[in-house]
Amino acid sequence: MSTATIDRPRAFDISLPGAWRYWHRNAMVFRRIWLLGIMAWFAEPVIYLVAMGLGLGKYLERVQGVQYIEFIAPGLLAVSTMFGATFSVTWDAWFKMERVGVYHAAINTPLSVEDVALGEILWGATRATIYGSAFMVVATAFGVFRSWWGLLTLPAIALVGLVFAITGLIYTYAIKRVDYLAYYWTLFITPMFMFAGVFFPLERLPDWVRAIAWFMPLYHAANLMRSLMTQGEPTAALTSALWLGVVALVLLPVPLRMLRRRLVG
Amino acid sequence: MRDDPIAVVARDLSKTYDRLEAVKSISFEVPTQTCFGFLGPNGAGKTTTMRMISCAMPPSAGELSVLGMSVVTEPRRIKSRMATVPQEDNLDEEITVLDNLLIHARYYGIKPRIARPKAVELLEFMELAEKRDQEIRELSGGMKRRLMIARGLLNTPELLVLDEPTTGLDPQARHLVWDRLRSLKRQGVTLLLTTHYMEEAAQLCDRLVIMHEGRVLVEGAPRDVVADHTTREVVEVLEPESDVQEQLEGLASVAQGVERLADRWLFYTDEGDLLLEKIRAIVPPGCVWLRGATLEDVFLSLTGRGLLD
Repeated sequence: MSTATIDRPRAFDISLPGAWRYWHRNAMVFRRIWLLGIMAWFAEPVIYLVAMGLGLGKYLERVQGVQYIEFIAPGLLAVSTMFGATFSVTWDAWFKMERVGVYHAAINTPLSVEDVALGEILWGATRATIYGSAFMVVATAFGVFRSWWGLLTLPAIALVGLVFAITGLIYTYAIKRVDYLAYYWTLFITPMFMFAGVFFPLERLPDWVRAIAWFMPLYHAANLMRSLMTQGEPTAALTSALWLGVVALVLLPVPLRMLRRRLVG
Repeated sequence: MRDDPIAVVARDLSKTYDRLEAVKSISFEVPTQTCFGFLGPNGAGKTTTMRMISCAMPPSAGELSVLGMSVVTEPRRIKSRMATVPQEDNLDEEITVLDNLLIHARYYGIKPRIARPKAVELLEFMELAEKRDQEIRELSGGMKRRLMIARGLLNTPELLVLDEPTTGLDPQARHLVWDRLRSLKRQGVTLLLTTHYMEEAAQLCDRLVIMHEGRVLVEGAPRDVVADHTTREVVEVLEPESDVQEQLEGLASVAQGVERLADRWLFYTDEGDLLLEKIRAIVPPGCVWLRGATLEDVFLSLTGRGLLD
């Protein structure tokens, strides 16, 4: 017989098979709606690619030595990946946690709270990879790949998806009302979309703008894609990948801990 | 482990959260292969106790062991051998009835090859076989509840915890659920349920505790609890007019106790017929009747209020 007053629970109760089982639940649901889901969220970056790349691009000189559409395609690939992850871990995760009790049903089984949070992150990254890959296929049709390093784009997409799955989930697990989700978009996603070097290079802007941009995950995500797809610069790609990898590693335990505090107390 | 005669042991179990002392040092033992009930009004601490037993909430103090293991250190092993049907349905509305069961089975690590026939069998057991491919939103409240119970049986639990299993159900649906729970008990499953329906407790429970404001007031078999804590019979008088109230008060000395509720008076007595005759002489016919004492009366006499308040 053990006593609750003496025993301490494990600080971090995590099992990879558990996270995988929760991941599988999400995959099974997604399989039913994948076409609808993909169309809605991946159409937007494709519209930007066509409108800005072909439309605006007609009036522009070459940017960083390439056609304008070639300049924005890698950035929009990063955006498309970011959208995929973010949608999954904001509205979708909130709905499952607060509205329909998917989280509570799962933690009544041998799954732990940490398993669910990790499964949610891995699913967010997976969904981001699906969206990113779909965009990549479209972008390829516009002939935007100019380097063999572009073959590494797929793992790069997965890394970018992982980072945005973690940051989005931290926000979702922090808020108390669904209305606050909109602020994640207006204060984090949209500013990055506009100012992280997707549509124009930051090199001619003041130093302080670039200093701020350095802290934006999308800035590094766009640089990573651009280095691989058009510029063929492995060193620059590695630097961006390292930034993203370190951020993912450092932040990974945060949502797990937050969800335990939120659901178990 | 299956031979352990006690499924749940709580000693001086307490839970405080949001500065609220929801459970105040309660102790009880749930024998295996019985149906054990927690009765009490809303806010008595029943759900908090169920959540602690289900490893969903750590105790603040005291001991709590389920199937011989501590809820603090062994939540995964406990949860793999028990199941919880919470008060609110939390079915996955994005998928079908059958997929709900298959996904849940996967959470337990049950292989699809084994999960599918098991799920089909459970749908039949809960009379949901023809609903297997429907969406959750197409189900009635009673069907959802039955599906929740079916889902709770996927891992063939030794202990099934049900938090208010029939609240909000119509009488037919309630009787179907009761019938299935009795059948599970016969199969050797230990049942632990909360309810504020006296009839439910009397129908299903071998033993029960009555909780009030975080404490356990009494424990025992339903019949013994009634016998030990109240009189054999109760005479009820419906809304007595003010002019006869004085006469009725005069009869209080004949009864063992009188409880004045908003809409009726209750006279506790072991000699119902005698008292009934005396009261009939005072109030108009149809406003007074005699009945046997119930758990509701026990609760009323212990706390001065009804269970459904």
